[in-house]
Amino acid sequence: MSETVQRTGTTGTGPPAGQPPGNGGLNLLQRSGTVFIRQREATVFVVAVLLVIYFGFISSASSNFFTKLDIINITQIMAPIAIIAIGEVFLLICGEIDLSPGFVYLFAPFLMHYLIDYYGVTPILAIVLSLVMGLVVGLVNGFFTVTVGVPSFITTFATGFILWGLTLWTSHAQPVIPPASVEGIGHWIGTYAWSMLTWTLILVAILHVVLNYTRWGLHSIATGGNQLGARESGVNVATIKYGNFMLTAVLGAFVGLMVAFQLNTIDPSAGGFNAMFYSVTAAVIGGTALLGGSGTILGAFLGSLVLALLLDGFNLIGISANVVNMIFGAAVLAAMVANVQLARLRGAGRMS
Amino acid sequence: MTVQAPDGQASPAGSAEDVLRVEHVSKQFGAVTALVDVNLHLARGEVLGLLGDNGAGKSTLLKILCGFQPPDSGKIILDGQEVTFKSVQDARAQGVDVVYQDLALIDQLSVYHNMFLNREVVRWPLLSNRVMRRQARQRLDDIGIDLTSVDTPVARLSGGQRQAIAVARSVYSNPKVLLLDEPLAAMGAKEAALILDLISDLKNRGEVSIIIVAHNYGQILEICDRINLLQHGEITFNKLSKDTSVQELNDIVIKEYRRALEERQRSA
Repeated sequence: MSETVQRTGTTGTGPPAGQPPGNGGLNLLQRSGTVFIRQREATVFVVAVLLVIYFGFISSASSNFFTKLDIINITQIMAPIAIIAIGEVFLLICGEIDLSPGFVYLFAPFLMHYLIDYYGVTPILAIVLSLVMGLVVGLVNGFFTVTVGVPSFITTFATGFILWGLTLWTSHAQPVIPPASVEGIGHWIGTYAWSMLTWTLILVAILHVVLNYTRWGLHSIATGGNQLGARESGVNVATIKYGNFMLTAVLGAFVGLMVAFQLNTIDPSAGGFNAMFYSVTAAVIGGTALLGGSGTILGAFLGSLVLALLLDGFNLIGISANVVNMIFGAAVLAAMVANVQLARLRGAGRMS
Repeated sequence: MTVQAPDGQASPAGSAEDVLRVEHVSKQFGAVTALVDVNLHLARGEVLGLLGDNGAGKSTLLKILCGFQPPDSGKIILDGQEVTFKSVQDARAQGVDVVYQDLALIDQLSVYHNMFLNREVVRWPLLSNRVMRRQARQRLDDIGIDLTSVDTPVARLSGGQRQAIAVARSVYSNPKVLLLDEPLAAMGAKEAALILDLISDLKNRGEVSIIIVAHNYGQILEICDRINLLQHGEITFNKLSKDTSVQELNDIVIKEYRRALEERQRSA
């Protein structure tokens, strides 16, 4: 470790020990390599590039991989994972987890359908109310977790099941087509081929800035890094957690609407725990700590891209649906191992 | 138990000019008496060492002074005004700041983000990182702490550097009274020297009055103007540092330890 006591004056501002003092011996490539590897998102980026090379040039799928259709397909697999993942990043950073966004995802389009078709609510208001439903679920998650003191794992497991049951009960587990009156707005939310990618990029950009350049992000990190210390410093830990539960849930609701418009179906088997686990996995592959205190939005985005590339690529290669889960599981594990190894390298780089 | 004779500045009465006075403070936890009629005073610019063994009531007194818990009875007088602290934040707002032993630093955040936590410079909606970075650097330079970079996460700093950052952060808000809880705990000689230098710098600048809570008097005797000894919830010793010695303090503590031991053996 480079722990040295330095006080007043002489040492300290030079290059870190281990690098030669004059930079004559250090060429640009090496230096930019060091800078790159120090970025936490670097490892998952490398994995994503390797997957693109494999599926695009090496595998039997290469002829179909770079087609417009396939690229749209990848973005449409990625978007739901990524958008929920960036919410989970905020929650994981402040030391909590949400298991329920997949069920907010499930319920939101049904709620929109009920409001328009059964209660005559205008389309735009129905969409807004479906998103508000997400906020309310987040509020409930926050209440039981922060105010009552139930671990978020249990709280959100429970709210997830309640929403699941509510959806299946009210919909009789039958799929429906989104109301015709909502088609216009739906086009911009999910029907238009590039809309999902666009929303993902907008949300990733905004939340990346929120996490890294605002008080909210700073206080989220402080909350997860040292909750007692954050509270001592006057950080409103409860507000931060409530807010991040609400963020994750409302993103879940948005994804539900988006996917319903894209498929032009409101499907009672959409979302669920699967959607949530893909997102949490993407966040963790992207470098977010499960135990709180650190995480990156760009990493979660790239993690989602890795999962989408895997799912799309195996599909292109034509691996049977029965086998694909096995390979997917193994591939996720391999991606994470690569990540941990590269992180170790990065740690070594930092220490030298 | 002998209460020492009043001794100039170190008299238990203190003076009306004192920045902090604690009068007849008691605290009880169920059947356990933690503090008994504690009187304490702190002159402006003074460094007071509040010493005592584990369980003597140091932590209880500290928690009362920093607003963590209220006393059962007695008064706290800050700058001539009787005050009550509703919370740690309230005490801080009124000018009493505490640097904890377990340091309220966030490992994952940079030095400057830690120094500005919850007092961030913001140009809405964004943080003014550049301003905070510059001011943190300036502040650390002012009090003579040399760090390679204020961008370093505090997880990578040594214990002494972390303590120094925590102290620097507290000084930043210009408190009237700064409470340091075991500032040298678990620190090597070099690290301890860093903190002692920092405290003596603060003392020389005369901007802040300091109470150091510690159980190891050997390390802090030199830096303190005056020493109070807390035993069984009572202040049993109050002398200027120059009028006492490690030897004397040792003797008192060991005598007390022997007495307690004999008592326990007798009752066993």
